Amino acid sequence: MSSAPAAASPKLRAKGRPADIIFQGISTFAGISILVMLGLVAIFLVVQSIPAFGPDFDVKGTSNFLEYVGPLAFGTVWASFLAMIMAVPVAIGIALFITHFAPRKLASTIGFVIDLLAAVPSVVFGLWGANVLAGFMKPAYAWLSDNLGFIPLFAGTASGTGRTILTASIVLAVMVLPIITALSREVFLQTPRLHEEASLALGATRWEMIKMAVLPFGASGIVSASILGLGRALGETMAIAMVLSPSLVVSFILTSGTNPSTIASNIALSFPEAHGNEVSALIATGLVLFIITILVNGLARWLLGRNPRTGGAK
Amino acid sequence: MKFTKLGRVAALAAAGALLLSSCASNEAPADESEDTTGGETSSISGTLNGVGASSMGGAQTVWIAGFQTANPDVTVNYDPAGSGAGVEAITGGGADYAGSDAVLEADATSPVCAADGYPVNLPVYISPVAVVFNLEGIDSLNMDAETIANIFKGEITNWNDEAIASQNEGVELPDQAITAVHRSDESGTTENFAEYLSAVAPDTWDAEPDKVFPYEGGEGAQQTSGVIDAVTNNQGTIGYADASRAGELGTVALKVGEEYVEFSADAAAAVVETATIEEGRQDGDLAFEIDRTTTESGVYPLVLVSYTVACSSYEDAEKGALVHAYLTHVISEEGQQAAADEAGSAPISASIRDQITESIAGMVE
Repeated sequence: MSSAPAAASPKLRAKGRPADIIFQGISTFAGISILVMLGLVAIFLVVQSIPAFGPDFDVKGTSNFLEYVGPLAFGTVWASFLAMIMAVPVAIGIALFITHFAPRKLASTIGFVIDLLAAVPSVVFGLWGANVLAGFMKPAYAWLSDNLGFIPLFAGTASGTGRTILTASIVLAVMVLPIITALSREVFLQTPRLHEEASLALGATRWEMIKMAVLPFGASGIVSASILGLGRALGETMAIAMVLSPSLVVSFILTSGTNPSTIASNIALSFPEAHGNEVSALIATGLVLFIITILVNGLARWLLGRNPRTGGAK
Repeated sequence: MKFTKLGRVAALAAAGALLLSSCASNEAPADESEDTTGGETSSISGTLNGVGASSMGGAQTVWIAGFQTANPDVTVNYDPAGSGAGVEAITGGGADYAGSDAVLEADATSPVCAADGYPVNLPVYISPVAVVFNLEGIDSLNMDAETIANIFKGEITNWNDEAIASQNEGVELPDQAITAVHRSDESGTTENFAEYLSAVAPDTWDAEPDKVFPYEGGEGAQQTSGVIDAVTNNQGTIGYADASRAGELGTVALKVGEEYVEFSADAAAAVVETATIEEGRQDGDLAFEIDRTTTESGVYPLVLVSYTVACSSYEDAEKGALVHAYLTHVISEEGQQAAADEAGSAPISASIRDQITESIAGMVE
């Protein structure tokens, strides 16, 4: 997000005092340890998953690893994509409301509630999704597939329990909402006062001011916030496992009881009873999730770096 | 001011810790603990570690509480991490005994067994699996395996289908779509359910019985509670789950021979009675082959049998004595009854108790 201006020139280095040296050592250690940890996780995933790429692959009726991981990878990305579509606009709206529209008291209350939402464990979201939201959405799904069944997204018979990928995505969206909101709010608060006042002075309405001053300034921050949220959505396990009715299929249908599963929830559901080759297959799917996450993060960085106007907003 | 606040928090935490620590598993059911003692076993001490099937996790907790109350110096741990984890633990030497919904292969070995010992499967936990459904005003339906298989495959899609109606004369079946709910996680319940269907209706249920639900139709829910919740919260649903969890839901009576049998502990224990031991097993290895196609009267063939996997004799004699004492408690009438009360299992019959007693005799020799 907004980096503090590098005031101290790196070339002027003070004489190393013990406190400086110790502190530098600690922070260097912390920096390196994160790399080491990530490296160890990657090594673990690669080593443990090697047997899954052998010829005698037989897990859940699939004959090779790609056939197994394909639907899962699709489900992971699809569920997260749906969640992000729902969460990002709402999060930006909430953040703008808190920073630019709400009276101060209300703003701090909403901010507090949003932070509280981030502290709710995913099991609780899972319970809520499976027992409340699914039942609540069921009539809507039935209506959609009865009346809008010609649209491929709502084709086929509606789920009899409401445990669809759309329900799961709504739960995911609620879960990532606080992350995106909290970060966007911080970014919007950083908008230079002068920019805002200048555009208002030029006769801009409040919305035009936000469009011209706040959003361009915060664009890179919104993307970063969304990436963090997406990271949580991609890796979310428990809530999806509890809410979703999964199958090993690739399907875009939002209202059906036959949904693509996600990598993380599939591991949680299958691992306890897995043995032999299936264990390595599951760990290999974890490796795929790892790669997907890296790709998504890389893509976001590339997007940010490509646009210096928003990427380097000061 | 900040300090007093901190002090208050600390006091609260201390009080909470005191409260929590005052309930240990050893002192759980005080009234039935007196008579569960295996007589001479009260002097033993040590630690036993078990890993395995979550299906008998509840029963293990009851057995452990009873056993530890009778033998205060013994600690028994059971980690319900799953059958797969249990099998890996016993064959790898990571546990003293294991729990498994599927029998261990005949040629399996374990480093905790003595040189002349080998792992044995002991059927200590029998639990009927109920086919539960949720239809307004209907408590019980008769179905044969063919019909159940067709419902879960998605071939029968409405409750007023002729196949269901013809077996339930006099029951007003609604014109309502069927939502079949199966387990989304891998489960011994699914495997036993599939075994029953593929044995009795092999033409319809053409998939190999496995812990994974084989067909694409229907809806998945996580674990027994997930299935029960999905069925309870939605009309027109049908699912399968451990019978102890059926609660107020309607249940299906299975067609066995010419009659329809509701699940009951006795009927479930009876089918294990008719079971034969798999071929090629060593002495004392009670790997049962349940006859799902039985036509005997009063037998409920849809049961889950969970095994304790232990060694016929242990490398470490003290360990062997401990396992022997524990298993003696597990299969005792009191132990089985306690598990039935708490976990809803079916107590094993006297003849199976005798067989297990014989199997574990080698542990203390």
